[in-house]
Amino acid sequence: MRLSPNQRISHALNRLTFGYTPDDLSQVKNAGLEPWIDMQLFPGAVPEAPALTEMLQPLESLRLSTLDIVQRYSTNQLVEEVTRGRQAMPESPVLRAFVTRQQQLSGGTKSEMSMAETPTRMEGTRLLADQLEILRGGLPEERCTLIGSLNEYGQEVAVTELTPSQRTQVFNALPARVRRNILMLNSAQQVVNHDLWEGKVLRAIHGRRQLLEVLVDFWYNHFNVYLDKGADRYLIPSYERDSIRPFVLGNFRTLLGATARSPAMLFYLDNYLSAAPARDVSKRLERSLNENYARELLELHTLGVNGGYTQDDVIEVARCFTGWTIAPLRRGSGFAYNDQVHDQGDKVVLGIKIPGGGGVKEGEAVLDILARHPSTARFISTKLAQRFVAGDPPPALIVRMAKAFQETGGDISATMMSMIRSEEFWAAANYYDKIKTPLELVVSAARATGSTVKNGFALANEIAQLGQPLYRKLEPTGYSNVGSAWLNTSSLFARINFASSLALDKIPGVTIRRELFSTISSGAAALGDSKISARFLREIRTARVAASGLVDESNATPAMIAGLVIGSPEFQRK
Amino acid sequence: MNRRAFLMRSGIGIVGIGSAPLWLTRAAYCKKGSLRKRKVLISIFQRGGADGLNMVVPFGEKAYYESRPTIAVPPPGSRANSTLDLDGFFGLHPNLGDLKAIFLERRLAIVHAVGSPDRTRSHFDAQDYMESGTPGVKSTADGWLNRALSIDAPSDKSPVRAVSITGPILPRMLSGGNSAIALSGTPNEFRIKEDHLAKVLPDVYLNSADHLLNATATEAIRASRVIQSVLTAPYVPANGAKYPEGRFSESMQQIARLIKSDVGLEVAFTDTGGWDTHIHQIGATVSDGLMARLLIEFAATLAAFDRDMGDLMEDVVLVTMSEFGRTLKENVSRGTDHGHGGVMFVMGGNVRGGKVYGEWPGLAPEQLYGGRDLHVTSDFRDVLFELVVHQLGQAQSSDVFPGFAKSKNLGILI
Repeated sequence: MRLSPNQRISHALNRLTFGYTPDDLSQVKNAGLEPWIDMQLFPGAVPEAPALTEMLQPLESLRLSTLDIVQRYSTNQLVEEVTRGRQAMPESPVLRAFVTRQQQLSGGTKSEMSMAETPTRMEGTRLLADQLEILRGGLPEERCTLIGSLNEYGQEVAVTELTPSQRTQVFNALPARVRRNILMLNSAQQVVNHDLWEGKVLRAIHGRRQLLEVLVDFWYNHFNVYLDKGADRYLIPSYERDSIRPFVLGNFRTLLGATARSPAMLFYLDNYLSAAPARDVSKRLERSLNENYARELLELHTLGVNGGYTQDDVIEVARCFTGWTIAPLRRGSGFAYNDQVHDQGDKVVLGIKIPGGGGVKEGEAVLDILARHPSTARFISTKLAQRFVAGDPPPALIVRMAKAFQETGGDISATMMSMIRSEEFWAAANYYDKIKTPLELVVSAARATGSTVKNGFALANEIAQLGQPLYRKLEPTGYSNVGSAWLNTSSLFARINFASSLALDKIPGVTIRRELFSTISSGAAALGDSKISARFLREIRTARVAASGLVDESNATPAMIAGLVIGSPEFQRK
Repeated sequence: MNRRAFLMRSGIGIVGIGSAPLWLTRAAYCKKGSLRKRKVLISIFQRGGADGLNMVVPFGEKAYYESRPTIAVPPPGSRANSTLDLDGFFGLHPNLGDLKAIFLERRLAIVHAVGSPDRTRSHFDAQDYMESGTPGVKSTADGWLNRALSIDAPSDKSPVRAVSITGPILPRMLSGGNSAIALSGTPNEFRIKEDHLAKVLPDVYLNSADHLLNATATEAIRASRVIQSVLTAPYVPANGAKYPEGRFSESMQQIARLIKSDVGLEVAFTDTGGWDTHIHQIGATVSDGLMARLLIEFAATLAAFDRDMGDLMEDVVLVTMSEFGRTLKENVSRGTDHGHGGVMFVMGGNVRGGKVYGEWPGLAPEQLYGGRDLHVTSDFRDVLFELVVHQLGQAQSSDVFPGFAKSKNLGILI
């Protein structure tokens, strides 16, 4: 059985994007499937949605260098700079209140001087007495409504009137700019985490270069780094932006090299500590070979676990990378090479001799060997096919993809093209067969319901509740590309409960398009394919007959219908 | 109320006895005593690197007092807030007093100078290794507590055989091929919350031709019925046990209820945080301050759990661990930094308690690991493997701890 032309469009949207929006099916039909695929594979010419660019604007840390991130998102630093007069009192009322309180705590009169520079804007944004009363003594919903009615500046003023726990209650109802300022009061780490979560979800939902966004997720996950490991909380914005995103449709060797030199990876897998063992016994604990990066480089980044290397190879690779480390913060925390701790002896990697004394070039030579190794071609092809085709991809497809990978010297878009042009990609057996990961479920639900999303962070939180906290996979394996790995007893309820929260507009800053769900049959269209929605309608009808009192369609509200659609077995697959 | 009446009343009966899996049939029909003994292993993680040297104090070591001039626990009997002597060399921190009686009754064993052979001082790596059970290997996909579960025939599996009470995400230690449930503090999350969806969707899933979703839903709905019936009613601990306030205490009460209701629990996990005591580890006396408060909740909870379980403790073994111990020397902030060897507690009816296990490496400068930390003389896997064999019947250490050849038998269990 072959897929019909309409089914091919559904399938392409299911697999090459984060899910279809209500308009996608007809748009791809009008544009033609082939040109649409080409455009996704070569997205350079696709302009990003202006609305997305605007939404990303407040997420400053995503654009900053690591040094700037550490300097700007350290609250102590801010207080210090203002107190010493090196920086003006911030305009944000939240930050202003924070600085003032800190200064008062340290017992100075400086606060009065600083407050004298109150911008005139603030004078006009005094809260009325009844507004203050609601803020201080009202119900949480009343507070949210009031805050929602103020402009951003007024919202910040209002926030300063709240207790910390009240702030937590209204946090998600606030726009990104205000949310960030509240987090500034706590720690830099939280602002960076906020920006990463918000940015990733907004791009996945609103990005026009959908395949590119899917691949940024794929490759970040392939070269996984854990946000909560020490310095990585500051290093990840640059890692994703400078070492992953530019290369996801480019050459694998370039991408591999960028991750190898990234401080985020050097820190995460401890290579920054790795050194030729010291002769001085007393320093042995401080200075020794660390094999972690070498091992994961072979096992997870290139050859794969059965890729034909031995423990000796791990050690030899680790020796080649000794001295690959991170520059001090004052010099920007970039890549640095320290020949002093480099192992100067000869090495043999996978049977190939790498003479000692090659310095930083030894590590590059290892990356060359690995990138062109046939096991790498197979391993990368298998992982791509697991993500885009099936959890257990057909061997013939892997052979073809690996060939394309090798013949083009590791060109990722060529490998992707060979996959998308294969019979196997379009096999009927794969149609709606992949279980969505939590990220895919949440984002595809927001897209299928045509939701207006003002708060990506709240959706990222839902993704975390479903077991896939973004940038927080502790193990270097990354999250599983095999959909069925994501299904278990706990997560099934969580998926259904997410569906009802979304449908009932209970996720702050996210509103579904209710008119899409005015009847059960119209709502079923959100499942994409007509046969799939027909199956859903049959199942729902049977179940509703069984559950007495629910037979009559007229008592189903749009929220109920949207909840049933997103919570259905059909919507869990793509 | 007998077990059958309890189960029927709590609505588990509606699964239908004819199709009920074995565990449920057993639970519903067997009188107490004729049941195959269902043994339980409870694993507790003290996150942050607990200071084993101030929990189980080696008061016989001069170097201990020399290295900790302001935060050492005074030797037994010297003054108020002094060490509670256990065996003339080791003693408990005074705030662990609730545990001393259990130690003397020989139901609590202590293993000292225990930990991971890996030298990392990173919380992230060390916790990861202790949960995966593979020190030094980062890419292990699952956790040792999951691997420790035997792979039964599906019909024999209780839907709640493995439970973690740590929030919505399954912890590393319990992740893997055997199904396990992650519960939050409120079991109310473990169900379909919205009424309309709760009426319609279970039927949709249970009649779905999608085999995977159908099977998962069947298991989930069964487990939910058990969890809702066992954990949502107000709880009155038995034998006058008084649990303290706190998240750790609440988690242990949930575990107690699951065990008492005999629904097929085999392993449970929970954790307690805040043990990373770099500053002000103690306050004005050793009985105040950050760590002192943690110790009170820790000991009071374990003691209340022991009392609450009563005779059921015969089937239970509880083990505590932390990713590493702390430096012997106190730092300038009256705290301690990340160290190496630490302490594990093992509690239960079949424990050969009343003894501090493990070879003591000493605290003189030349006896220290890297010149600063307590050595690890017992691998944490040696302790855990013995418990796994005894409680869960696993025979091969390599299945539970890949790449680990069990090096010694401490003989902690009878």
